Amino acid sequence: MLGIINGAVYDPQNGIDGEVREVWVEDGKIVAGGGIKRAGAEIIDATGMVIMPGGVDIHSHIVGAKVNAGRKFRPEDHRDHVRSRTTVARSGSGYTVPSTFLTGYGYAEMGYTTVMEAATAPLVARHTHEELEDTPMVDKGAYICMGNNHFIMKCIRDGHPEKAREYVAWLLGATKGYAIKIVNPGGVENWKWGKNVGELDDEVIGFDVTPREIISTLAWINDELGLPHVPHIHCINLGRTGNARTTMETIDSLGGRRAHFCHLQFLSYGGEPGTGLRSAAAEVARAVNEHPNVTVDVGQVIFGEATTMTSDGPLEYRLHKLSGNKWLNDDVEGETGGGIVPMGYRRNNPVNAVQWLIGLELSLLIDDPWRVFLTTDHPNAGPFFCYPQVIKLLMDRDYRAEMFEGIHRRARKGALLPELDREYSLYEIAVVTRAGTARALGLKNKGHLGVGADADVTIYRKLDDKEAMFAKPHLVLKDGQVIVRDGGIVREHQGRTLYVAPPYDAGIEEDIRAHFADTYTISFDNYPVAPECLSRSEVIPCA
Amino acid sequence: MSEFILITGRTAEQGKALHKGKGSDEYRRATEYVGMSVSDKERLGIREGRHVRVRTAHGEAELEMREGDLPDGMIFVPMGPAANRLIGSETRGTGMPDSKGLTAEVELL
Amino acid sequence: MRMENVVCPFCGCLCDDIVVEVRDNAITAVKRACANGRSLFLNTHTEAKHPTVDGREVEWPEAIAAAVDHLTDAASPLIYGLSSTATEAQRKAIALADLLGASIDSTSSVCHGPTSIGIQNQGEPTCTLGEVKHRADMVIFWGCNPSEAHIRHFARYSVSAAGSLTPRGRKDRTVVAVDVRPTRSARGADIFLQLRPGSDYEVLTTLRALLKGVTLEVSEVGGVRVSRLAELLERMKCCRFGVIFFGMGVTQTGGKYLNITELLALVAELNAHTRFSAMAMRGHGNVAGADCTLTWQTGYPFAINFARGYPQYNPGEFTAVDMLARREADAALIIASDPVAHFPLLAADYLKHIPAIVLDPEANLTAQQARVVLPTAMYGVSAPGTAYRMDNVPLPLKQVVESPQPTDEQVLDWIIERVKTCSA
Repeated sequence: MLGIINGAVYDPQNGIDGEVREVWVEDGKIVAGGGIKRAGAEIIDATGMVIMPGGVDIHSHIVGAKVNAGRKFRPEDHRDHVRSRTTVARSGSGYTVPSTFLTGYGYAEMGYTTVMEAATAPLVARHTHEELEDTPMVDKGAYICMGNNHFIMKCIRDGHPEKAREYVAWLLGATKGYAIKIVNPGGVENWKWGKNVGELDDEVIGFDVTPREIISTLAWINDELGLPHVPHIHCINLGRTGNARTTMETIDSLGGRRAHFCHLQFLSYGGEPGTGLRSAAAEVARAVNEHPNVTVDVGQVIFGEATTMTSDGPLEYRLHKLSGNKWLNDDVEGETGGGIVPMGYRRNNPVNAVQWLIGLELSLLIDDPWRVFLTTDHPNAGPFFCYPQVIKLLMDRDYRAEMFEGIHRRARKGALLPELDREYSLYEIAVVTRAGTARALGLKNKGHLGVGADADVTIYRKLDDKEAMFAKPHLVLKDGQVIVRDGGIVREHQGRTLYVAPPYDAGIEEDIRAHFADTYTISFDNYPVAPECLSRSEVIPCA
Repeated sequence: MSEFILITGRTAEQGKALHKGKGSDEYRRATEYVGMSVSDKERLGIREGRHVRVRTAHGEAELEMREGDLPDGMIFVPMGPAANRLIGSETRGTGMPDSKGLTAEVELL
Repeated sequence: MRMENVVCPFCGCLCDDIVVEVRDNAITAVKRACANGRSLFLNTHTEAKHPTVDGREVEWPEAIAAAVDHLTDAASPLIYGLSSTATEAQRKAIALADLLGASIDSTSSVCHGPTSIGIQNQGEPTCTLGEVKHRADMVIFWGCNPSEAHIRHFARYSVSAAGSLTPRGRKDRTVVAVDVRPTRSARGADIFLQLRPGSDYEVLTTLRALLKGVTLEVSEVGGVRVSRLAELLERMKCCRFGVIFFGMGVTQTGGKYLNITELLALVAELNAHTRFSAMAMRGHGNVAGADCTLTWQTGYPFAINFARGYPQYNPGEFTAVDMLARREADAALIIASDPVAHFPLLAADYLKHIPAIVLDPEANLTAQQARVVLPTAMYGVSAPGTAYRMDNVPLPLKQVVESPQPTDEQVLDWIIERVKTCSA
């Protein structure tokens, strides 16, 4: 039994906005405060401090084949960023692509207690789960890439979406995944022919389906299966001038079905090819405001080093050609692909400066904090360690103005940002970093401090400098245990892997077996990840 | 004596014999020989199956000579303890010893 | 009892369609495996073996204690091998290295370590083997000999394998071999380029130059006419999906990682014309897994040292051959590999002069001269585990027969526990 008293609680899911309240914890859960046997309870006096639920990151690239390839080919990223072992923590290295232990500790030390791996190719899901086992402290899950999946595309082509539905249910269980991820639907398949897609109605080579059909079918399937999260969409044309148009068309194409649009910054570009990057954040923000069925995360650029890594193979090839930086590509049979290119964002580069502005504009122009979440698409736009910097930018318009002065003059000219004087409150920060993300993920026991929630609690010292405040919480509790104290790990802890296992019609297995024989170079029997591969896990129910 | 370029490498026989144990006859047969082209063999006057001494700057090994599909001037020794006597441990900062393309002398015994 | 879809753990192909028949805990028949795989499964031993300390048979607690004494007494212990053990054990080996402040290196340092360095320089356009099977109409084997080292590779993945865009298998492909001698693999190729030994770098650079439209003043490079190289290049540019598989022929000669850097640069540049990929022919069954586990736990794929309390990476400094040849290790823990059989003599010999602890299912040559021998079960035969194929696709190794021996993972857990207790 543990009680946190005298702290100002920010628990937006339960409408609590800075009230001084007690938070009681027992057996890893939040429990009611009344009638507690206080004698014998451990008490944490949080006078002058801010209490929030543990952070929930809805989109980050932290584990699996792609991330690991990024680690392997960037030793230069690691040498100056090392962590020494302690009696309770393993050593590690890495800045934009930290080793797994560093990732877990880094998130925990920042007060985050749940992190979602944004993209896993199903064929190598086993690798994702092995790395998650070595990612300590946080609860975690993985989204499963399906937007270029051969079985699904064939079902769409043949007019059998119901077979695709059963397949998706099977696939999520087989890969121990959490959600349907869609990355550049059709484009990644076309990249295997050296091509891409540019419009929602372009043809996917060899399949006679379109990106529009892939998205709408998967959105329908998501609703049919009652998955806790919604389809998580990385739109076509990421990074291209003028892509805001197809982003908004994609939002429209949902016809009211719910979906999440990730790293929206990279998809909110205006302008024409050849005329330089222009922000279309205002138009896109308006579209998001007008479509209550949509949630987004921002993908805020952080000036400094980054590593771009996505399943969007053709995009990464373009980045390689544009930047001249080393390039890694991996096409995955029957399913997806991907690439990695190191990148740096500089304030005196006019394009990077506009990218930075776009992220902030989206955050400040999308009205409802329950639908616009704080991410840096780690490590694509910046490392997750920099979330506190983003928090400060959202909460402190003077700091924003100061940073604005330091960016390239051409980006400043005519920029919208100086007119946007909205400042996020602590309550809203709690929404965009935990309450809202947990709700969007359908995680009923996360992101809030109501009775029955997992006892993942972060206690921050209230500081004027919000970056410092959020960078180093005073205490972090995970499952009711103190795991971090003043920026240091004090206890080993292994989190749970969260996954879904929707029921499916066993009859589909015959079709899947046949598909395996045609498509894969491993056998159907060796594909699924057994539950024993996950040392601690929790199945999140479907509706 | 005659100078050659030495290549070492895997063979199917060596791979198969691994599982019989590295002390086994099969493993020895699979790894303790040197392959040479027919014309080099004839030029040096060596009969198939005879033993020769192969020497590099790092060491030497006595190996059974066998005909192989090799260009003239090249000899092949399968990876294994015999090859190891011929390979130096200098890796030039890479971790990888020079295992192919070494200068070797072959001498009849 | 008949077991299907068994994964053969021997080489980087990790064929997962093997059928094994077991009776009375012995493997009586193996179907579909190549000669190497058959030999592995049919030569399985399941009788109990005691660990030994200085040649004496002892019980496990005494053996673990002796091992831990050697490792903790050492100022510079080296952990080496890993490529034929499961990732579950590799992860524990790295944990142990972290705890001891040891050096840790895998067999890739004498295999595809140079490839890792090349990838770090240049990146790598690659794909999974199924993409090769379905799409590749041009397949190049550069400095590798799958007929001897990856026996079912051609049939399962790369040459005769029939896929959706390659329904006629071999007939739908152009096969090229590049090597210094006509190997078994080269004999089956449509085009064979026989290079002068040590000239891969020059030939690769020449291809890159030709691709960029440079006019060359020479007419021959590496023993091959430039016109032949130009012809090959045109065919490469016009294919639908090309792949270069490469092996020790380029990692072990001349420029080593510089060869690989050129090869990877060529492949990247070809993607301006058509889709092209590269893939290293990983030798041992789970050396790709060793790269993966070392990378995700430390940030680096091989040649790592933890003496300062955090991982440092330096090929040439922390690679096993160098450390042993320069006598910089004073104890060695050898897991699932046989350096005495495969290292240059100077390095292999040094293992006789320091306490060596061996974890292996077989009494290999290294074990024969080691102070402590810990006989373990064989992953994929008498223990389940995870291994990564040469294209980094992870597969579940199965337990086909039972063994009284503990796994490498179990033994490493015992060692770690005792090290922690001793230093507490």
